[in-house]
Amino acid sequence: MSFPFKPVAKAALFAAFVAALAAPIALAPAARAADVTLLNVSYDPTRELYAQFNKLFAARYKADTGKSVEIKTSHGGSGKQARSVIDGLDADVVTLALAYDIDAIADRGFLAQDWQKRLPDNASPYTSTIVFLVRKGNPKGIKDWDDLAKPGVQVITPNPKTSGGARWNYLAAWAYALKTYGSEEKAKEFVGELYRHVPVLDTGARGSTVTFTERGVGDVLLAWENEAFLSKKEFGDDRFDIVVPSLSILAEPPVAVVDKNVARKGTGEAAEAYLKLLYSKEGQKLAAENFYRPRDPDVAKDYEKVFPKVDLVTIDDPAFGGWRKAQQTHFADGGVFDQIYSN
Amino acid sequence: MTPAPIRDEPALVRGILIALAVLVIGLFILLPLVNVFAQAFSKGWEAYLAALVEPDALAAVRLTLLVTALSLTANTTMGLVMAWSLTKFEFRGKSLLITLIDLPFSVSPVVAGLVFVLLFGAQGYFGEWLIDNGWKIIFSWPGITLATIFVTFPFVARELIPLMQEQGTMEEEAAVTLGAGGWRVFSRVTLPNIKWALLYGVLLCNARAMGEFGAVSVVSGHVRGETNTIPLQVEILYNEYQFQASFAVASLLALLAIVTLLAKTLLEARLGRSGGRH
Repeated sequence: MSFPFKPVAKAALFAAFVAALAAPIALAPAARAADVTLLNVSYDPTRELYAQFNKLFAARYKADTGKSVEIKTSHGGSGKQARSVIDGLDADVVTLALAYDIDAIADRGFLAQDWQKRLPDNASPYTSTIVFLVRKGNPKGIKDWDDLAKPGVQVITPNPKTSGGARWNYLAAWAYALKTYGSEEKAKEFVGELYRHVPVLDTGARGSTVTFTERGVGDVLLAWENEAFLSKKEFGDDRFDIVVPSLSILAEPPVAVVDKNVARKGTGEAAEAYLKLLYSKEGQKLAAENFYRPRDPDVAKDYEKVFPKVDLVTIDDPAFGGWRKAQQTHFADGGVFDQIYSN
Repeated sequence: MTPAPIRDEPALVRGILIALAVLVIGLFILLPLVNVFAQAFSKGWEAYLAALVEPDALAAVRLTLLVTALSLTANTTMGLVMAWSLTKFEFRGKSLLITLIDLPFSVSPVVAGLVFVLLFGAQGYFGEWLIDNGWKIIFSWPGITLATIFVTFPFVARELIPLMQEQGTMEEEAAVTLGAGGWRVFSRVTLPNIKWALLYGVLLCNARAMGEFGAVSVVSGHVRGETNTIPLQVEILYNEYQFQASFAVASLLALLAIVTLLAKTLLEARLGRSGGRH
């Protein structure tokens, strides 16, 4: 039996081949030590929050039940993440940017339609709002929403089709225009003009933040409040300023256990405990530390100096009529966003 | 072999053109590569190593190696079978098949990824059955491997087909008349003739398999420490403001590129000298 390579080359090739096959096995992790593994599928800016919260939960769960737990996370644009769960990403809990994205998962039978009533406060343990992040000293003099549509201003915001934060951005602008200009026609005109000032739509909030902060594109970033604070923290106070508009929107990022997945994996009890801990004093404090507005009145009081007071409309305002209606009107195929963005 | 230099070009024009080429390569190719390493080592050796042994980074390396090993095995085998059947046999629709081999190159990797989601996702054709039977394809390593196999499919076949076409079937026919069986013809006649081209294809396939981003991103689910390959891990770190760690992990891919380039140059010398034959 001969082989078409010279002996040395043959030996080398054989070694390389064995190495290629053996490497993954040699590097394989020791058998997983955790008794329970949870997967939290979340939206984009919660990376730092859940990195800390997961450690807290693992410690509490071990103390309460004696079982070790490992929490895996996945982050991305909220709409995209919901789509992944619908397509079979094995989430035990979803912690997304807005209720509609969890509704969409519920519509495919992964969890009960009344999921939002199973936990307090619309199943949103923390809230946030939309603010403007501008370059230090606010060189373009941006103070409120109508400054965004002025000539020469470039606005950075993600794509409302894939990002939850982007939908809150859009609706906050819509609420402002509706109140200021008085009619839906005018609101549509204003929001359309605003989006003509957007040079690039990233798929998630974090992508937009990196575009604005790291790549230096644009004059103003429409950002989650927590994301704006985090940018200032990461890059230093001397790079950016936060501008709070006269009117914004109360963003309620909801959380839910994915019934169908936990039933199959037998992780329901741990998943429940995970979400409940978000509502505890410790969980609320951690949220506030990461610049999410806590629900708990006591914790909120401790951090009231951090969060500016803003006039906030809610998604249940008659102007929107809840997430299902808002989604249908504005972000569905052929909806208002498609109309203004294609023009 | 090398063409005679063009002598009637004025020295100035020649100088400008060469300077331009050097500038473009330096600016667009060399500088970014150097920058990757500069950023990776911006906080020193220790930070560099720490970024590489971080558990999620290690998991990404492990997954990438596993996926690459599987993809290479699959595509080398399939590439050989395809090239053999397309060049040694005559049948209807052969040229169509040759065209179709290139499909993964002309399809956007994102589309390639979505195809697998449509097939194996929970809402896909086989989704229900897979979940009921406890199979995880999408958002797990099998899906990532499938997507990688798809996008790297053409490399081996493409290298082999033109060469084997050019070589024709004469040597194999001679071997058969001398009484050699199929396997003997392949291992003693065909394989020696194509070995360098085969290695060349495997090399390119390897580089792409390790570096693939688009298709893998669609089927990954981005679960930390579990379904992120090296390119996805680079993006995650970058988006978490861990720029140095991100470039440290990226430097692995840059190293791979350099090794690939060297091996490619060596192989090309081999291929060139023996004219694809031995």
